[in-house]
Amino acid sequence: MKFMRLIVAGFRRKKIRTVLTLLSIAVAFILFGLLAAIRQALSQGVDVAGADRLVVRHKVSIIQQLPGSYEADMEQIDGVSDATHSSWFGGIYQEPANFFPQFPVQPEEYLAMYPEFLLPEDQKQEWFRTRTAAVAGRATAERFGWSVGDKIPIQATAWTRNGGQKLWDFDLVGIYDGAEQGTDTTQFLFHYDYFDEARDFGQGSVGWYIVRVAEPDDAVRIATAIDGEFANSPAETKAETEGAFVQGFADQIGNIGAIIQAIVGAVFFTILLVAGNTMAQSVRERTGEFAVLKAVGFTDTHVLSLVLMEALAVAALGGFVGLGISWFIISLGDPTGGLLPIFYFPRKDMAVGVGLVIALGLLTGLLPALQARQLRIADALRRL
Amino acid sequence: MSDNGSLVSVRDATKTFRRGSEEIRVLERLDLDVPEGEFLALMGPSGSGKSTLLNLIAGLDRPTDGSVTVAGERIDRLSRTKLAAWRARHVGLVFQFYNLLPVLTAERNVELPLLLTHLSRAQRKKHVDTALGVVGLTHRKGHYPRTLSGGEQQRVGIARGIVTDPTLLLADEPTGDLDRKSGDEILELLTALNREHNKTIVMVTHDPHAARRATRVLHMSEGKLSQEAAE
Ligand SMILES: Nc1ncnc2c1ncn2[C@@H]1O[C@H](COP(=O)(O)OP(=O)(O)OP(=O)(O)O)[C@@H](O)[C@H]1O
Ligand SMILES: [Mg+2]
Repeated sequence: MKFMRLIVAGFRRKKIRTVLTLLSIAVAFILFGLLAAIRQALSQGVDVAGADRLVVRHKVSIIQQLPGSYEADMEQIDGVSDATHSSWFGGIYQEPANFFPQFPVQPEEYLAMYPEFLLPEDQKQEWFRTRTAAVAGRATAERFGWSVGDKIPIQATAWTRNGGQKLWDFDLVGIYDGAEQGTDTTQFLFHYDYFDEARDFGQGSVGWYIVRVAEPDDAVRIATAIDGEFANSPAETKAETEGAFVQGFADQIGNIGAIIQAIVGAVFFTILLVAGNTMAQSVRERTGEFAVLKAVGFTDTHVLSLVLMEALAVAALGGFVGLGISWFIISLGDPTGGLLPIFYFPRKDMAVGVGLVIALGLLTGLLPALQARQLRIADALRRL
Repeated sequence: MSDNGSLVSVRDATKTFRRGSEEIRVLERLDLDVPEGEFLALMGPSGSGKSTLLNLIAGLDRPTDGSVTVAGERIDRLSRTKLAAWRARHVGLVFQFYNLLPVLTAERNVELPLLLTHLSRAQRKKHVDTALGVVGLTHRKGHYPRTLSGGEQQRVGIARGIVTDPTLLLADEPTGDLDRKSGDEILELLTALNREHNKTIVMVTHDPHAARRATRVLHMSEGKLSQEAAE
């Protein structure tokens, strides 16, 4: 584009001002990217929750145990295609700060329930075969430098072994990956049967159930049916969609999403004023130049587009550099060393970022562009 | 051409400006004909309306009343957009303060009017080289305006004015900001453009010495023109 050179040449006009403007835009977009990743990390799971899965927990709280016999009852309910269970182990690996979730599960059923957990066939078979075997998600395995074949000792906090022993030893036989970017790869999974037999107390109880429904549209009706089935029993249930269940967890840490949105909003409002003011000033200083362009035959529309394109170019340069830097920082992984295991730049927010770049360019360029368009040559030349 | 054979023909042109409640009459029912191939100098005291008249001929402004016809076209009736396209095709402008874009090299400044044409990059370069050759600045084409002398900058300004090979070349005090020697060089150049390239030129000037180069000199005062034979 032959006019592009004209725009790019304009950047050299006031180099320091251009660089400072670009920097402030870039910083805003770095912040935007990082906050997007943090918000995603905090609400992890909500977006990737299976629409066809329900979580059934004790009506009073998730801490309360449910009888293991419910699985068979639930599978009888019309519309339920599968059910399995999981429990909270809550052990400590080396030190309490090394937190990651550990679940005793029924391996075959659990993997069938979560097809997004990808485990190589041979590791899968090895896990199914060996009672003391466990598998870990990629994120956790990498965090602690584990590899297949390692022995993983875990200290029980609640679930002591027969005789009050705290130490549980597991053989790591597999490492699973997530099918999607948001899949939770922090879990540590081992045999429920081994756990149930070896634990000190609570035999036969489970933490919660995961239920697959045949028709996601039917989820609410089935949840009601499940709760009805166990109403007035010693252990009443609360069934909800996986999304709602995960959201419930996320809400416990406050409405982080809204806070982050407010911060991003304030930052962009400031940037809009800063970049808009710079643009307006730069166009005002060039009144004579625009008059000359018009005098040699540039139309009002040409001049309008030149200014708009310049504003867009500034926004794009600063914005994409900022998005690029935040993407790079995010790709280095969880900055907290474990608190935000799922740390990535959500594609949706990347699209929002691109939209913000364009909006910033248009908004900062619009008024100066209209002014440049209105400019009357004869008047402007007199003012030179 | 207009009916009387002039390239430019201004009829009954009145121009008034508004300054608050005050109305300033700058041109008063003014008539002017510029035949093709003429080198016309407009003189007159400051504020007499010379620039205003030149702007009307250049299509930079419109008369409050009356008509401006250039090469058979009533340019006072063209829309702003059409007028811009018309300017690009028909007029070359030279300013007192050169008005070059400081961020562009001499070459790129001269190229500006050509960006509006359908010429290819190679064709544009050819035209730019020709125009810079005419003003004798081929060797400085990569230089930025601030590294050029006033006279050189004005030559770049003239090259920009002629690069589209316009019908009319209009210059508002082209030597007003130059010393005698550089001014003479510019006048030499304009004379050559008029004689050898048959460019019709209208030049506003305060300098009688400069006006002497023209084929005709008109004096302006109080919004009217009066004849004066070139010496
Ligand atoms: N856009 C405008 N608004 C108001 N008044 C104007 C405008 N343009 C010109 N004038 C007035 O019209 C008169 C003539 O101006 P013009 O620039 O044509 O004079 P000039 O003969 O070119 O003078 P100079 O030799 O100083 O350049 C002046 O009094 C000027 O103040
Ligand atoms: Mg003037």
